[in-house]
Amino acid sequence: MIAPMRRVVNEPHEMRFEVHRSALADPAVHELEQRSIFERCWIYVGHESELAAPGDFKTRSVAGRPVIFCRDGESRVKVFLNTCRHRGSLVCREREGNAERYTCFYHGWTYDRDGALYAVPGQSAYPPSFHKTEFSLKEPANVAAYRGFVFLNFDAGAVSLDEYLAGAKEYIDLVVDQSPSGQMEVIQGTQEYDIRANWKLLVENSFDDYHLLSTHSTWLNYLKNSGVEMKRPAKGELLPAHGVGKDLGNGHGVVDNVNFRGRPVARWIPIYGEAAKPEIERIRAELAARLGEARAARVADTNRNLIVFPNLVLNDGSSVTIRTFQPLAADRMRVSAWALGPREESATARAVRLDSFLTFYGPGGFATPDDIEALEAVQAGLAAWREVPWSVMSRGMAKEGEQLNTDELHLRAFWIQWDKLISQ
Amino acid sequence: MGQADLPVTRAQVEDFLYREAALLDAWKLDEWLALLAEDATYRVPSNDAPDADPRAALFTIADDMARIRARVTRLKDRNAHAEFPPSRTRRIISNVRIVESDPLRVEANFVVYRFRRNENVREYVGRYRYTLVNLEGELKIAKREAILDAMELASLGAVSFIL
Repeated sequence: MIAPMRRVVNEPHEMRFEVHRSALADPAVHELEQRSIFERCWIYVGHESELAAPGDFKTRSVAGRPVIFCRDGESRVKVFLNTCRHRGSLVCREREGNAERYTCFYHGWTYDRDGALYAVPGQSAYPPSFHKTEFSLKEPANVAAYRGFVFLNFDAGAVSLDEYLAGAKEYIDLVVDQSPSGQMEVIQGTQEYDIRANWKLLVENSFDDYHLLSTHSTWLNYLKNSGVEMKRPAKGELLPAHGVGKDLGNGHGVVDNVNFRGRPVARWIPIYGEAAKPEIERIRAELAARLGEARAARVADTNRNLIVFPNLVLNDGSSVTIRTFQPLAADRMRVSAWALGPREESATARAVRLDSFLTFYGPGGFATPDDIEALEAVQAGLAAWREVPWSVMSRGMAKEGEQLNTDELHLRAFWIQWDKLISQ
Repeated sequence: MGQADLPVTRAQVEDFLYREAALLDAWKLDEWLALLAEDATYRVPSNDAPDADPRAALFTIADDMARIRARVTRLKDRNAHAEFPPSRTRRIISNVRIVESDPLRVEANFVVYRFRRNENVREYVGRYRYTLVNLEGELKIAKREAILDAMELASLGAVSFIL
């Protein structure tokens, strides 16, 4: 028997933390993590606001499975595996819509929107042991939501979503608190694009502030040229504002930063235009009245990139984006990203939010394309993993106490959890 | 009647679009900027919301003139890593139609082939929607929208060049 391979070296006493590059390049690891990560963790499906009425549905791929994310006849949020119980065909092939029933066109089996098998053409030919009630659309073992964010879990023995989310809940709350009614909504328009890189590289990239200066100098120049004030970094720091990295438990992590880049909720920068200033001030005043000055400042004057293990990112920065990504192969992923805003936001504030989103995020933004390029450059370099097997991830290890956003404590927390699950 | 008052012909519009395509393919971005009216916009809607309003829906690109200039500044910087070294592009524009004369609205089909080193060709297929203005006999772009036919960007990846 071959000894299990060591893929994460974590030696706090020697202050060594290294990740074996096969974890990012080897197809065998990709296969392994389908079972040990994606079939055991809570995986993000969608947001309740994407489904307004009974029968509304979205079809998407989650953890490699085709699913129907929908509301049933009683408007309850459901997740069905999008596969006919007869021979396996997709029963719904549209991206989105409203369904009275789901009909598999192949042999005509029809399911109602609660998932129950409603009609089978020529049912009399089946033997007496055939019961329609045993052929409902299959649901994942668990489906649960936290403040509108819906997750599934294929492991019947999994801990509850609430327990799983651990310290990540506090950071989801900071996003949802932006809405006076506590209701955030996904805004129309989906950004779906592939990156020819391992999905874990996007986890790292999404909360790695160390890369900001070198990868995103053109974005920082854009802010500067647009009149955004940027201070010189404090001693021992790299960025214009202070920020920390945190381990939130169960592999979740966050960078929690003092804002300098502007926020639609609620810190004005010149890019928003003078006309938007009163609106941003009004939003700020509402926050303060509802949450108190201290909490309002926490919501408005910090920006945070949250990783919910394994593949959900909430970037609450220049705007709020939900970003999730599905591994397609060891060296390829499909990213889906949406903008999220308070349901009761005014048309003006919504326009500022969307415009601000595009300054940084997305496949046409001033920053995300360079992140994609970085990840693809890493993946290309990783082809030499057998000769150059280790990546170093020890920033901040020698420090007592607070870890900066440009340190790597939060990245290590992700990798330690990944290693724990993959080694079981 | 001066030249500026004559109706613009399809041939003139085609010449203009071909000139624009040649400038973009040659990465002559400052010369391309000179084709834009002062308050021009450039938009690429999300693939699943091709007819949406950028004030109410998430786009891939929704630039006003200040953002277009900033985009050009960025693309000329070798630290715009997604386009360094720059892609080679080749634009094929056809089916040019004047759909309205005042304001002068033009639609056309496009295929933009994009090449990068060691990569398969990426084919960006779709249609342009332009609003042009006739400024003293010279056409300028007031609105420029590139609507992709792909259901999702998927393997097209980013729209890091000017589509």
